[in-house]
Amino acid sequence: MNKIFLIFGGLLLSITLSYGQATISPAKAQSKPIVIKGGTIHVGNGQVINNGYIAFDKGKITAIGEGAGANVAGADVIDATGKQIYPGFICPITTLGLIEIEEGARGTVDDEETGDLNPNVRSIVAYNTDSKVIPTVRSNGILLAQPTPNGGTISGQSSVVMLDAWNWQDAAYKTDIGIHLTWPVARAQGRRRGVPTPGVPQESPAEKAQKAIDAIEKLFEEAKAYSDIAKPEVANIRLDAMKGLFNGTKKLFVNADGAKEIVQAVAFGKKMGVQVVIVGGGESYLVTETLRDNNVPVILKETQRLPEKDEDDVYLPYKLPKMLQDAGVLYGLTGIGFWRQRNLPFEAGEAAGYGLTKEQAVSMITLNNAKILGIDKTTGTLEVGKDANLFISKGDALDMITIDVDNAFIQGRNINLDNLHKQLYRKFAEKYGVKANL
Amino acid sequence: MKKILLFGCAMLFVLLCRAQQTFPVNGAWDIRPGQYAFTNANIVVSADQTIPNGILLVKDRVIEAVGADVKIPKGYVTVDLKGKYIYPGLIDAYTTYGIPEAPRAAFAQGGFGRTAVPVSTKPGAYGWNEAIKPEMNVKAVFHADASKAEDFKKNGFGAVHAVIRDGIARGTSAVVTLGDERDNFVMLNGEAAANYSFSKGTAATNYPSSLMGSIALLRQTYYDAQWYKNQKEEYNISLDEFNRVQNIPQIFEVTDQLSVLRANKIGKEFGKQYIFKTDGQEYRRIDAMKATGGSFIIPLTFPEAFDVEDPLDARNVSYEQMKDWELAPTNPAVLEKAGIKFAITSSGLTNARDFWTNLRTAIDNGLSEKQALNSLTVIPAEMLGVADKIGSLAKGKMANFIITSDNLFKKDNIIYENWVEGRQYVVSRMDVTDLRGNYAFSSDALPGVALKIGGTPGSYNVNLERTGADSTKATGTITRTGDMVSIYFDLKSKPSGNIRLNGYITKTSPLTFAGSGILPDGSEMKWSAAYTSPASPERTRPEPPKQPVTLGPVVYPFMAYGNTDLPKAETTLFKNATVWTSDKDGILKNTDVLIENGKIKAIGKGLVAGNAKVIDATGKHLSPGIVDEHSHIAGSGSINEGTQSVSAEVRIADILNSEDINLYRQLAGGVTTSHILHGSANSIGGQTQLIKHRWGVLPDEMKFEGADGFIKFALGENVKGSNNGPSNGALRFPQTRMGVEEVYIDEFTRAKEYKAARAVKGSNVRRDIELDAIVEILDGKRFITCHSYVQSEIAMLMHVADSMGFKINTFTHILEGYKVADKMKAHGIAGSTFSDWWAYKSEVIEAIPYNGALMHDVGITTAFNSDDEEMARRLNQEAGKSVAYGKLSEEEALKLVTINPATMLHVEKRVGSIKVGKDADLVLWSADPLSIYAVAEKTYVDGIPYWDIDKDAANQKAMKTEEARLIQKMIAAKNKGAVTQRPAGRRPRNNEADEDDEFVSGDGVGQTNSNGK
Repeated sequence: MNKIFLIFGGLLLSITLSYGQATISPAKAQSKPIVIKGGTIHVGNGQVINNGYIAFDKGKITAIGEGAGANVAGADVIDATGKQIYPGFICPITTLGLIEIEEGARGTVDDEETGDLNPNVRSIVAYNTDSKVIPTVRSNGILLAQPTPNGGTISGQSSVVMLDAWNWQDAAYKTDIGIHLTWPVARAQGRRRGVPTPGVPQESPAEKAQKAIDAIEKLFEEAKAYSDIAKPEVANIRLDAMKGLFNGTKKLFVNADGAKEIVQAVAFGKKMGVQVVIVGGGESYLVTETLRDNNVPVILKETQRLPEKDEDDVYLPYKLPKMLQDAGVLYGLTGIGFWRQRNLPFEAGEAAGYGLTKEQAVSMITLNNAKILGIDKTTGTLEVGKDANLFISKGDALDMITIDVDNAFIQGRNINLDNLHKQLYRKFAEKYGVKANL
Repeated sequence: MKKILLFGCAMLFVLLCRAQQTFPVNGAWDIRPGQYAFTNANIVVSADQTIPNGILLVKDRVIEAVGADVKIPKGYVTVDLKGKYIYPGLIDAYTTYGIPEAPRAAFAQGGFGRTAVPVSTKPGAYGWNEAIKPEMNVKAVFHADASKAEDFKKNGFGAVHAVIRDGIARGTSAVVTLGDERDNFVMLNGEAAANYSFSKGTAATNYPSSLMGSIALLRQTYYDAQWYKNQKEEYNISLDEFNRVQNIPQIFEVTDQLSVLRANKIGKEFGKQYIFKTDGQEYRRIDAMKATGGSFIIPLTFPEAFDVEDPLDARNVSYEQMKDWELAPTNPAVLEKAGIKFAITSSGLTNARDFWTNLRTAIDNGLSEKQALNSLTVIPAEMLGVADKIGSLAKGKMANFIITSDNLFKKDNIIYENWVEGRQYVVSRMDVTDLRGNYAFSSDALPGVALKIGGTPGSYNVNLERTGADSTKATGTITRTGDMVSIYFDLKSKPSGNIRLNGYITKTSPLTFAGSGILPDGSEMKWSAAYTSPASPERTRPEPPKQPVTLGPVVYPFMAYGNTDLPKAETTLFKNATVWTSDKDGILKNTDVLIENGKIKAIGKGLVAGNAKVIDATGKHLSPGIVDEHSHIAGSGSINEGTQSVSAEVRIADILNSEDINLYRQLAGGVTTSHILHGSANSIGGQTQLIKHRWGVLPDEMKFEGADGFIKFALGENVKGSNNGPSNGALRFPQTRMGVEEVYIDEFTRAKEYKAARAVKGSNVRRDIELDAIVEILDGKRFITCHSYVQSEIAMLMHVADSMGFKINTFTHILEGYKVADKMKAHGIAGSTFSDWWAYKSEVIEAIPYNGALMHDVGITTAFNSDDEEMARRLNQEAGKSVAYGKLSEEEALKLVTINPATMLHVEKRVGSIKVGKDADLVLWSADPLSIYAVAEKTYVDGIPYWDIDKDAANQKAMKTEEARLIQKMIAAKNKGAVTQRPAGRRPRNNEADEDDEFVSGDGVGQTNSNGK
């Protein structure tokens, strides 16, 4: 019988030493097998294994199943009886690591480059592994993220990172997975703004948007042609960056909320032969057939938001995932911004209050997000052969009254779950002589 | 067939110079008698009296006589009207006729806050704020404008009320006629009314930047004017004039129905009964409009139908816009039915030609013709003090009248002439001789041709017919100019080509024409035509029988999810619930709660239902309604008056907006009480307002009755303007946390001196409503909730409070409260914070989600607030986060959003817990209320189920049906040729109420508007 080690996530060791964020070091590579026993395993694909076990070694899952499982020689064993085990949550479309302080500290803001067409710009190089925000997010089970550039019509390229690393090279899980495009929206000018010049025929908003769409189409046609040239006379690093779109190595993430824009973007992807992912999808429920029939997935923006229109169902954003689920559309979910991504589990849980099953809500931020980002071969579910990206929570991780992450692993590495907030909590609990309930 | 308007609409002005005693004349004097007798007319003296076949005598500018038996003295030009109509000239009750454009330069000087203009830069001994300009007088700037007058006169107006629409106190207006004469003659009442609005207009002064600032400024001006009467320290033209014009009619230009109520409250406060000039939405709250006791001036600006063929585009038309399109034309009729006195103005119409179309639409929608005429004649005349001169036809009144072909309100009626002050303006030449008839046409060149003149006077047509072997028919065109006619037609054969005739009336009985013409080949001809018989009536398409107008109901509030009938309090028994009392009883399982008359009647097991409606709450949870300590919903016109560092005089109470969808949405998240705060743009913001979410009631009815008054303070980055561009408010003190302290010390020092000075008997110390609020704080009658982040500033304000002798009730936001929790506890200050917000700006980089738990554990009354219309509707979940971060017990966690905020708002005896005798503000949840999975199924305020998830589903269905009906109706209107408008691509969110002080929409975080809007 193996000796059972109670692993406290490493963080307890630091308590008496220091409150500095600087002491939260990235974890070392998995040195010996680990087996987690006795917990309820949420596989990520909808399956639940009650009282199961999961074993992993050298960063990969080696066994999973019901019961106690076979003994693994030399393994550390974690008793997770009564606890919940999840695949690491994946946070797509975020500025985590790109922004440290949103306002009043411009020097910490690196998510938006100037210029309208920046397909060559890469978020991975700006990803700051030393951000104080990252540990607060992974403390809630979010282990992978997609730092994403913003701004302009084409904002740049995103990568998937692991939320525990010494530097961006170590953090990279899959680099330059896609290019981010914001679809033009036909918006009528407010009546108050801008007095129309007499005699000049006013361009309708639809015409104006169509012009912008035409310009995008032209760019893509030229980029496609350029991608066929082995050695261009004049190199163009913007067009170079777009090559991957046409050979299937990069996806085109299109920010689109309105039903019309979504349909336009889907048709555009088909015409150009690129894989489109809709990001936002506020009105995706109105065009589910188009999405499903063209195999275009949607990364939904946060559920915890207001409906667009006064007339909309008060709970429409909460119900949206269920509507896509029923319509057979592949959908994932992101939260808001960067620091608020620690609420991603609750954003998913919200949908479970309004139609989704809890396991579907888990899938939304694990397997579904992994599929959409193209990383589902190695993560997104707890299956043999995949990376050991997982965490243990004492209770239901989608609900704020039960979430309590006490162990997390990325590629088998045992992650330090301490963060600035816990440190400050302990510091002042000590000052007042009250108990810090971590 | 192409019709030609015979006389066009050319406005012919009979040039008559009027002698004015004091003015010299160039050349010989030309004073004409101006004596006219109009006979055989249907004279509509007023809406109440018509004289058939009457006579109207006019002498120069005045009506000499009107009646059935009037003897026409010698020397009168007689005009036989042959049954036509005479009406009093119409009066437009609200125009900018003859007013020069306001100087636009004022905007560039800082009207939009680009430059600091703290006080007026206007030369002269005027008041401090350029928006208060009672010294403006129309009579001093008015100049008759012949071309603008033409549009009015075509519509039948003979006089208008001319107003300077600029500023909050706008000075006096005048009633003028539309005569094209010297300004001295057209002026009927040089000081008809004193005018007001909430809009600062072109004033460059930064203050006010908000609606509540406008209201406060006006309120302060009334007090200043009272003080001014009894002081000798300063000379102030603005206050002098303000006082001088108090005894003439007071007109307040507002927009919607809620702004009528806002203006009315100011009026009542200072003993004024305003006349309201509105945008015409009174139908939405007609009872409240009636209750103001005021009379109204309303426009006929009815919205155009929307392009709704594309279902996705149609989503951009709001329910409110759709219903408004249908119901706005009923507004005049609704006012009439309610017995409200109102005048009608043509102002606001994009095209003057729409006036009659829209007036007839209003009549089709129920407005009586009698009321329409009154609202355009005697009512405005009485309102504006000119009833002795215009508005009806009587001896001695001004000769302002119009001559029409028919009943003024009939569709085909033609306004022929508009007489203004006894001077004739021809709108459409009176066709005294009706040309219609069959004529014997004789011409050597065209034998055997018969001529028929048909159509209508003003729009004749001709038909020619030749019978026999060369039979042919032709339709021609006839143009009449005075007694001359020109006709052209093509007989197609013998000859083919256009034949052009010219002729004149040679005889009127029988009507005979004669003249010459040119044949297609250029040869000349002669012709004549003599009347033989009346033309057979034309086959006109019979007017389709008027469909009874089907109208949707008015809903309260007038928008999506509005109620036709407001829900009522029900005696209700919740059976077998898990009851979260937020009281010493804790969480009670399998317990019943009985509510009656809006109060909690009993709590216990096995309660007897009696007549109560029974709700089986087995497996469900009943909690107190959620109380949000920090909210910015339900306000209009910006929640920041950030142009000054102290704006204690502004009041959220003045700008409550009952028509904010967030009131409803938050009910759906269990919120029943919200504390609506001023923003955080300045060190001392405005007075706050506690409301209950009574969806559908009037703004004042939302107010939490008897609650203590609070005021918003703020510290840190927002008040020092650190996140705004350098051009925007950089000059406003303070720019550092050092300066913030000085703002407080200075203000409280002044307030103490002010209080002492006012207490001296017989003093004439000016009442200052800003300092009044500060004195209330010192007196313990008003309580502070202070926006705060970092520990240094929090400690600073506590120190200032100690040294100046006042108390801080609550620190709101208080993200570093955990660092000063011991000090707060010692001062007895409550903390209302966010559950987990941080990193959105520099001053929150050490904000932690354990803040709430730490403050709570130290013993501070702790709450979680929203400051955000989205977060507010899931405050239960925010409370749940204190279980995740700091492991508060669930019982204590729920108190963060129920009894604790109620306590810090001093309403813990009324709300915040489930206890016998307290208000029945309750939420029935599907699950543990702190859980992410909990759904609010029913929310009660005062025992009234304002939110019910099943009723909501039914509502949505009903809205869809109503929308579908209106869309069909809009498409039908468009197909019939109605002008339409494009839906906006994306609707702006609600209104400025959506700007809160802390967050911008989307994932935006960070404050927005420390310089106000």
